[in-house]
Amino acid sequence: MADLTFKDFKSDQEVRWCPGCGDHAVLASLQRALPKVSQALGYEKERFVVVSGIGCSSRLPYYMSTYGFHSIHGRATAISTGIKVANPDLSIWQACGDGDALAIGGNHFIHAIRRNVDINIMLFNNQIYGLTKGQYSPTSKLGAITKTSPYGTVENPFNPGSLVLGAKGTFFARSLDVELALNEEILTQAALHKGCSVVEFLTNCVIFNDGAHKSISDPAIRADKTIVLKQGGKMLFGKDRNKGLVFENNKLKVVTVGEEGYTLDDVLVHDAASDNFALQMALADMKGPDFPVALGIIRNVEDATYDQAVRNQVNEVTAKARVHNVDELLHSGSTWEVK
Amino acid sequence: MQHKIIDVQDVVIRFAGDSGDGMQLTGSLFADMSAIYGNGLSTFPDYPAEIRAPHGTVSGVSGFQVHIGSRKVSTPGDFCDMLIAMNPAALKANAKWCKRHAMILVDDDSFDQTLMSKAGFKTDNPFEELGVEDRTIIVAPITTLTKESLKDSGMDNKAILKCKNMFTLGVACYIYNRPLEPIFNYLERKFSKKHPEVIAPNRKVLSDGFNYAANIQAIANTYTVEPIKNAPKGTYRNISGNQATAWGLLAASEKSGLPLFCGSYPITPATAILEELALHKNLGAKTVQAEDEIAGICTAIGASFAGNLAVTTTSGPGLSLKSEALGLAVMAELPLVVVDVQRGGPSTGLPTKTEQTDLSQALYGRNGECPIPVVCSHSPAHCFDAAFQASKIALEHMTPVILLSEGFLGNGSEPWCVPSMKDYPAIKPPYVDGNIAAGEKFQPFARNAQNMVPYWAVPGQKGYEHRKGGLEKTHAGVISTDPANHEMMVRERAAKVAAIAADIPALEVDGAPAGELLVVGWGGTYGHISSAVQELREEGTGVSYAHFDFINPLPANTREVFSSFKKILVCELNSGQFANYLRGLYPEFEFHKFNKIQGQPFLVEEIKEAVKKEL
Repeated sequence: MADLTFKDFKSDQEVRWCPGCGDHAVLASLQRALPKVSQALGYEKERFVVVSGIGCSSRLPYYMSTYGFHSIHGRATAISTGIKVANPDLSIWQACGDGDALAIGGNHFIHAIRRNVDINIMLFNNQIYGLTKGQYSPTSKLGAITKTSPYGTVENPFNPGSLVLGAKGTFFARSLDVELALNEEILTQAALHKGCSVVEFLTNCVIFNDGAHKSISDPAIRADKTIVLKQGGKMLFGKDRNKGLVFENNKLKVVTVGEEGYTLDDVLVHDAASDNFALQMALADMKGPDFPVALGIIRNVEDATYDQAVRNQVNEVTAKARVHNVDELLHSGSTWEVK
Repeated sequence: MQHKIIDVQDVVIRFAGDSGDGMQLTGSLFADMSAIYGNGLSTFPDYPAEIRAPHGTVSGVSGFQVHIGSRKVSTPGDFCDMLIAMNPAALKANAKWCKRHAMILVDDDSFDQTLMSKAGFKTDNPFEELGVEDRTIIVAPITTLTKESLKDSGMDNKAILKCKNMFTLGVACYIYNRPLEPIFNYLERKFSKKHPEVIAPNRKVLSDGFNYAANIQAIANTYTVEPIKNAPKGTYRNISGNQATAWGLLAASEKSGLPLFCGSYPITPATAILEELALHKNLGAKTVQAEDEIAGICTAIGASFAGNLAVTTTSGPGLSLKSEALGLAVMAELPLVVVDVQRGGPSTGLPTKTEQTDLSQALYGRNGECPIPVVCSHSPAHCFDAAFQASKIALEHMTPVILLSEGFLGNGSEPWCVPSMKDYPAIKPPYVDGNIAAGEKFQPFARNAQNMVPYWAVPGQKGYEHRKGGLEKTHAGVISTDPANHEMMVRERAAKVAAIAADIPALEVDGAPAGELLVVGWGGTYGHISSAVQELREEGTGVSYAHFDFINPLPANTREVFSSFKKILVCELNSGQFANYLRGLYPEFEFHKFNKIQGQPFLVEEIKEAVKKEL
């Protein structure tokens, strides 16, 4: 097998996102992750398919040199499901925005997660409708002032993480567009995960929602406002890595190691693979000002995948069947002869 | 009383009862056994939309009409020779379908004050009130007799009452001299594994019904309908339209060598196709019961992109929901079969009733210039060939195809001399040759100059990586808003669909190839129109008939056929959608219309009247 590099996944098309758009970084992360995925899974380039819906981020398939399908608004998840069920030997990568996946495509999104279709969903969450020039989305913060909410929104946003976990998703990770190394690692793990992987990228829209994630992404405060969860690692964060998460009174709590009697032993160890659903949900739900926003792989558990189950059922039924072709089907059951 | 056995050419029986009375089963058993006996056959289930509509009400009446004959039968019959009414409401809803000499069998036990008033009868004599008192009326205490028959069966009262329909079927079998063995065999097949305890009671009650009819003196005559003589030799089976559609798709899967993928959402009256395909995983069929209609078609489009024979099945409201995705399939130039089993509309409309009102939606119901081939089936068994043809066109011409069926066809059934797959052509999609040079870029929309079809490269195939999607593109697959390119691509997609005319059979004329009047029909009205035309001819009125199985594109000789007649009468179960379509394409001809929009099939009599008016 040829050793692929990120260049092998770059198409000849000019990338037309705005300068400074967070999508550039996610695209670069994907192009850097896929050679590793290719190595790890033993997949040649022609086995990768990039699917998208409609929106800024959904232009991504054109910038990849793989097979690609740029579909219609909200339906990428259904298209991905069809591709994967038809051919489970393909590696499916889906790009979709917060409006695409959670508003118009919300139904397909939750059902693909429920079925655990083995696809990789990259959710570009910039909390705004960019391609239609600045209307609020299902992830816009309460009170957000946009073109369609000039006096502020009066509706609560979705937290994609709790939505995914609520649908019993088997893989959920979160990252910031600018965290290239973390993105690459998460995407590689998402590919290795058998089942529906959802990776939420908190992306910046420089034109219509600039600084949407600034309160956690600003390099000066990022270490204190986010926590990067590592499998088997202590849940520590902060500039001096002395803040930690503990579980007390059925709740998460931020403590400072060495203060108020808390030691390193009290700090939780992250295990995305355990089926500790309540803790993973609590981690996915964390937000400022009291908590850091969790980045990294929050949940990564094994379960049967839909595409394999469909394939297995076809194989099992076929192996036991008495009817093997259409001629036999036509003559099966109640028939009579006219002589 | 002298008992006479009368030999008749054909008989129409209508079974009617509460929607929980098992009339659909009774009717289909009678039909199946007549099919096995070798009769010509056509059935028409006419049931309410509710699973268990209010007990005893006219709106809750479920009917099943069976037409059997000693010659080929093309329609379920306009009016019935026998009506079996299990309660007053069933009598009320169906009395109007009784012929002058019809026999009416009712369950005396159900004609009590409560049910009579629930059915809206105002007097004590329902027959007189409905004007059918002069028919042969058999009033039998079916409920009492069923209870008596099964009192030692060990079944509870509720279960016993469910056997009323078998008692009734026994009576019908006596009257029409039907052997009971095929029903015994059915009971054996159906229940031997899971409920062997119900076989003996059902056999008993069926036989008791048969014997009861033989013993009472009320039935003066019984009837025989001989098997069809000189029927083509072969293996026959009874098949419904929805089953035949599913099997036709499986046949296309086999002949193309492509796995079948069906992404669908349950909807009346199309659901049975998904159910049937789900049963045939043994033939490699993958079925996804999607979360909604849109996901149904979108999973299918994904499966098509990945190289399967992709199908989505639906009815009118579902087709509306699929419109945007249909446009995507047109733009991405991917093969896809969309089956629309039409029902009464608009909106939820009349879910269990038949209509041909989705034609305009199939032809035009999308944004942009968005041509889609439209194919239709004309009888329950023909659904097999229509589904095969629709799949072949889709795969060989790289386009979505809409296959129009109808509730009347999907739920109806007829005997079918089963074909042999060796008589069906191979389906050959326009695959890329696989010899792309290193560094050369595959052009996903470059076309075969002859039929304008692009070539098909499926993910997994090395060197052919490309992007498809809903945005307008150049032949190379690059997004383009260039004005000239857009117009060129619009015209090319239309030319591709138009070129399909070269692959479809010529329009045939039933009757003289030229003359005064050409009757035109499409889809499921075939049985009724062809019967009407045949009867008119037998009565000395010579008219010709052309039936369309292909609507877009039309057969290449359509204009030529039309030009040989002075007048054209288009008969359809809508307000004139096909006539309007033809007017747009052939403004030089005058198209007269005969329409019916009642959620019911045509009556042969109605068509005859309409034709006579034009002459």
